Amino acid sequence: MTTSLEQGINTLKRVIDAPIASYFSSCTGCGICSSACIFFTETGDPKYTPIRRVEPMRRIWEQEYTVIGKLKKLIGLAKEVTEQDLKDNVELAFESCTTCGRCSMVCPIGNDIVYMIRRMREGLTAAGLAPKELQAAAVRTMETGSVMGFPMKTLEAMVKAAEEETGIEINIDKPDVDYLLLLSSAEVMQFNEIISSLAKIFKEAGVTWTFSSKAHEAGNPGMHMGASEIEAMMINRIVEAAEELNIKKVISPECGHAYMAIRWEGPNVIGRPYPFEVYHIIEVLDELRAQGKLHTRASSGTVPMTFHDPCQAARRGGVNEPQRNLLNMMSSNFKEMNDSMACNWCCGGGGGMNTIEKAEPLVRKVFHRKRQQIEELDVNIVVTMCATCRNTLEEGVEDNGMDVTVLGLTEVVANHLLKENES
Amino acid sequence: MNEVELLNWARGPGLAYATVFMVFGLTLRVLEILSLGRPKEYAKVRSSGVKEGFRTIIRRNLPEKHCWKYITATYIFHVGLFVVIFFFIPHTQLFKDVFGVFWDGWPNYIIDFFTILSIATMMYVLIQRRVNPARRILSRPSDYFVWLVTFLPLVTGYMAFHRIGPDYTLMLAMHILSVELLMVMLPVTKLVHAVTFAMARYYNGSNAGRKGVKV
Repeated sequence: MTTSLEQGINTLKRVIDAPIASYFSSCTGCGICSSACIFFTETGDPKYTPIRRVEPMRRIWEQEYTVIGKLKKLIGLAKEVTEQDLKDNVELAFESCTTCGRCSMVCPIGNDIVYMIRRMREGLTAAGLAPKELQAAAVRTMETGSVMGFPMKTLEAMVKAAEEETGIEINIDKPDVDYLLLLSSAEVMQFNEIISSLAKIFKEAGVTWTFSSKAHEAGNPGMHMGASEIEAMMINRIVEAAEELNIKKVISPECGHAYMAIRWEGPNVIGRPYPFEVYHIIEVLDELRAQGKLHTRASSGTVPMTFHDPCQAARRGGVNEPQRNLLNMMSSNFKEMNDSMACNWCCGGGGGMNTIEKAEPLVRKVFHRKRQQIEELDVNIVVTMCATCRNTLEEGVEDNGMDVTVLGLTEVVANHLLKENES
Repeated sequence: MNEVELLNWARGPGLAYATVFMVFGLTLRVLEILSLGRPKEYAKVRSSGVKEGFRTIIRRNLPEKHCWKYITATYIFHVGLFVVIFFFIPHTQLFKDVFGVFWDGWPNYIIDFFTILSIATMMYVLIQRRVNPARRILSRPSDYFVWLVTFLPLVTGYMAFHRIGPDYTLMLAMHILSVELLMVMLPVTKLVHAVTFAMARYYNGSNAGRKGVKV
C-alpha cells in the first residue's frame, strides 16, 4: 500500500462517526437521492447518483466497523479500497458535486448524504488527490489571506475608492467596534460595490465596524478540499484578528461556503468555541431592519423579482427568513421560486466546482434547472446573497441569452436607502 | 421429519433461535453505530437539535413532494407489510401469546387486499431495480436476495391461508420458516434499515436543527 493511499484510508477511517455508520447501515439503494441532484436530473447519467459518491467510504465502514464486514474480510470476500478506487472517486466527490445537500433533504431513510460527501473529500485530499485548482487556491489563501490572491493592499485601495465615492470614513484595524467585516474574493474582484453599500447602510444605522489587515477574507478552500488543517489555519487568523481588536461580532460575507466555514465548521475544526458570534451579512441587515434602523423606500414597487437561496447559507446554514424580510420590505412583487429555501436547486457552481476547469462544461449544462426556475416566474431580476452563486448565475444568464439582471442583496438594500432629503 | 414435525420445529425451537439471533444481531448493529460516537459541536447552535431529530423520524414518513413518483410503489409495499404483520388476526394472537399485549386484528378481506397489494408492488419494485437507472447502478446481488427474503413470507402466508399448494401443514411450516429466515437476515443485510432508519433520521434532523434548518 502506498503512503498516499494509506493516508487516504486512515483519514476515511477517522472521519466515520455514528451518524455516518447509521447512514450506511440504513441505505437501501433506492436511488431517490438522484432525483434531488442537478447533476443527475440535468444529464440523466446514473453515475451521479449522490450515494454512489461515497462508495469507497462505505466499503471502509463495512470492513472496519461492522462484524459482518470483518468476517467477510477474514474469508477474503471483502473488496478492499484501492488507489484506483480513490482516483476514480475524485470526479464524483469534487468534479460533479457542489455539496449543495439537496440529496440530504429527500432521502426517505433520512441519510444526510452530503455530510458523508464532505468527509469523503477529506479522504481524497489526504490521499493527495484534491483537484489542483483547489490546492492552488489553498496555497494562495495561506500566502495572501485571499482565495484569489488579493493582498490587503488591494482591499486598501478599494476602501479608499469607496471612501471617496461615499464620503464616509471606513476603518481598518479599529478595535472595540461593533463588527468585524469579512469579504469574499469575488466581492473584492467583481462585486466591490459591497464596500460602499455597507458603508452607507452602517452609517445610516449607526453601526461601527472595521476591516482587519490580519484577516480580510472568509473564503476557505480548506473546507472545499476537506483539509481540516488548512481550514483551521484560516479560521484561526479570523479568531486572532477578532480577539486582538476585541470585537464580539464577526460578519460573514455574501458567500455561502464562507458562511459554512466560519459560522458552522470553524469552531469544530479549531476544537473550541469562539469568543465572538458570527452572522451572515444578511442576518445583520435583517436585524437592523427589525430594529427600525434601515430606512428604505419601496422603489422597486411592483417590479417582479425573485431570490436564489445559496445552499450553504440557506439549506445547510439555516439563513432562510432574513432575506425574505428584507425583500418584502423593498418590493411588493417578490416572487418565490418553485422550490426555494431549504429545497432550492443549486446554481451548479458551488463547492469549488466553478474553479475546477474540468467541471466547466457540466456547470454550464446543469444551469438548465436554474434557468427553468427563473423563466417560470417571468422575472428580470434575480437577487442572491452569495458571490459564487451570483457569478454562476451571471454566467448562466449570459450563456443562455436571458434578459435577467443578477444582484447581491446587500447592494439592493443600499440602493433602496432613503437619501437624506427623502427622509 | 414429516410436515407436522417440521411445523412444530418451526413454531418452537426455530422461532426461538431466530428471535434470539435477531435481537442479539440488531442490538449489536445498533451498538456498532453508537460506539463510533458523534463529534462534539463547538459552534453556537440555534437549537439543541433534539426536538428536530425526533421530528425528522416522524416527518420523513412522508416523502418530499417531488419524490412521490419514485416512491409510491415502495411506500405502498411498506404500508402493506406493516398492516399484514401487525393486523392479521393470527399474528395479533401470536403477539399476545409472546408479549402479552393485545390489539384488535383486522378482517381477513382487508388483510387479503393488503397482501395482494404488497405482492404486486414488490414485483413492481423488483422491475424498477432493473429499469430505473439510479436504482440499477446501486444494486448489488445481495439486494435481490433481500428482496426474495421479504417476498417469501408474503407469498407463503397467502398460500397457506387460502389452502393453495400441496399441503396446508407444509405450507404453514414454510411460511413460518420464511419469516424466520427474514428475522435472521434482518441484522445481517440491508434489512437492518427497519431499525437503523430512526437513527439516521435523528442524526440528520438534529444536525439540521442545530443550524436552524427546517427538515
